[in-house]
Amino acid sequence: MIRDPSDLQRYNASERANHWVTGICFILLALSGLALFHPALFPLTSLFGGGVWTRILHPFIGVIMMLFFVVMFFRFKRLNHMTDTDWEWVKRAKEMVDGDDHNMPEMGKYNGGQKLLFWFLGLAMLVLFVSGIIIWRAYFSHYFPIGVIRTGAVLHAVFATVMIIAIIVHVYAAIWVRGTIRAMLYGTVTRAWAKQHHRAWYRQMTGK
Amino acid sequence: MALQSLDIAKRSATTTEPPQARKTLEVAKLIDVSKCIGCKACQVACMQWNDLRDEVGSCGGTYDNPTDMTDQSWTVMRYAEVESEERGLEWLIRKDGCMHCEDPGCLKACPAPGAIIKYANGIVDFHQENCIGCGYCVTGCPFNVPRISKKDSKAYKCTLCSDRVAVGLEPACVKVCPTGSISFGSKEDMKELADERITELKERGFKNAGLYDPAGVGGTHVMYVLNHADKPSLYSGLPADPTIAPTVSLWKGFAKPLAMAGIAAAALGGLFHYVMKGPNEVSKEIEAEVEKELEGEK
Repeated sequence: MIRDPSDLQRYNASERANHWVTGICFILLALSGLALFHPALFPLTSLFGGGVWTRILHPFIGVIMMLFFVVMFFRFKRLNHMTDTDWEWVKRAKEMVDGDDHNMPEMGKYNGGQKLLFWFLGLAMLVLFVSGIIIWRAYFSHYFPIGVIRTGAVLHAVFATVMIIAIIVHVYAAIWVRGTIRAMLYGTVTRAWAKQHHRAWYRQMTGK
Repeated sequence: MALQSLDIAKRSATTTEPPQARKTLEVAKLIDVSKCIGCKACQVACMQWNDLRDEVGSCGGTYDNPTDMTDQSWTVMRYAEVESEERGLEWLIRKDGCMHCEDPGCLKACPAPGAIIKYANGIVDFHQENCIGCGYCVTGCPFNVPRISKKDSKAYKCTLCSDRVAVGLEPACVKVCPTGSISFGSKEDMKELADERITELKERGFKNAGLYDPAGVGGTHVMYVLNHADKPSLYSGLPADPTIAPTVSLWKGFAKPLAMAGIAAAALGGLFHYVMKGPNEVSKEIEAEVEKELEGEK
């Protein structure tokens, strides 16, 4: 569906579907994981059919998320290498958050913050996957010594918490920067959006 | 709770205070290792009272049978052959099982409300109907006691016969022990009994005889009289100074409120940023520029 022929294609259908499968898995994992993490949130297990079902489902959803994340990671990896301009952007990010983006350096398809998030998510998914396997009592825990399992449990909780916070920032950034969410819903952004937020990418796409 | 003898003092994954008006006597089981002859009557009594039947396993070259605790074997005799210059060969036999810690690591780690409870009398019990089978109790236990059933994925361990104790009976293993190696009563009485026995043992030349009631877990409601209390590890690896691991304390302590605060701060931070700074919209200026560029193309 084309809304406006001058709109720029930011994500194709396959990239969007990949992102949303990962995103849905993340939401289910965050809800079920928090339910098992803090007693105050244990009632969230009702969303998954009770405590036992939450315990059974959480790691399988994790494996599905890891599979789709890996695909997405290699899809977007080459677009996420940090450059000097990106670091400059990161240094000035506070100005933009305060409401003034006039001095922000020109960004390509992704800005420095998005790139840092990308690499953090890669690290977090790796740690969560490995520690998740270690604390998966039904199939894997008996292969590991108790000290490793305990450390795995702590790392899983720590990285999950930081990742939830990072995704909240990710989602908020998409809401705050108007005209962004449509990129992940139907794939396009307006030219003005691209010129304002990702000028180098805008030039590359339009030749202007 | 209807039965005062089953008043609850601590409940897993519960952050509010338990009812505390009634004060119950703290109980304890005292296992005098120096009196044990390794007959396994306690294992048999445990199976019989609790209606458990383990599978016939294989011989591991020692008297240990079964070789480890399982969901069907809540107590196991462990036989250690220890040689020293001083005393020659000694056969140190220890009845292994849940120690019923005053500060139970299993209960601290458990995420399911009410799956693990500590009664006011000190007994730590698993309520399998609330157990979700995650195995965090195994991760939390300093003594490697809980076992997850392969059939139902629930955690099992010695209940200290909470059902018998609740109605004024002693645990099945205590009732059946033919040498009086296992005693049961108030924790205070058991400590006194242990003191008497330790004096006896010291007179007989076991100068390091002593009581095993490790302070690192707040004391236990299953205590041992050891003839070599200076070296608990001689008794098939009984830990010298068991505590809840620092990783478990961090995971189930400080990390929880900190994580909640962090997540809440991120969500509220976003909302208030939007409300106070407003959205980051495309500027009219750039929209006009782009319009012009498009005009130019035509």
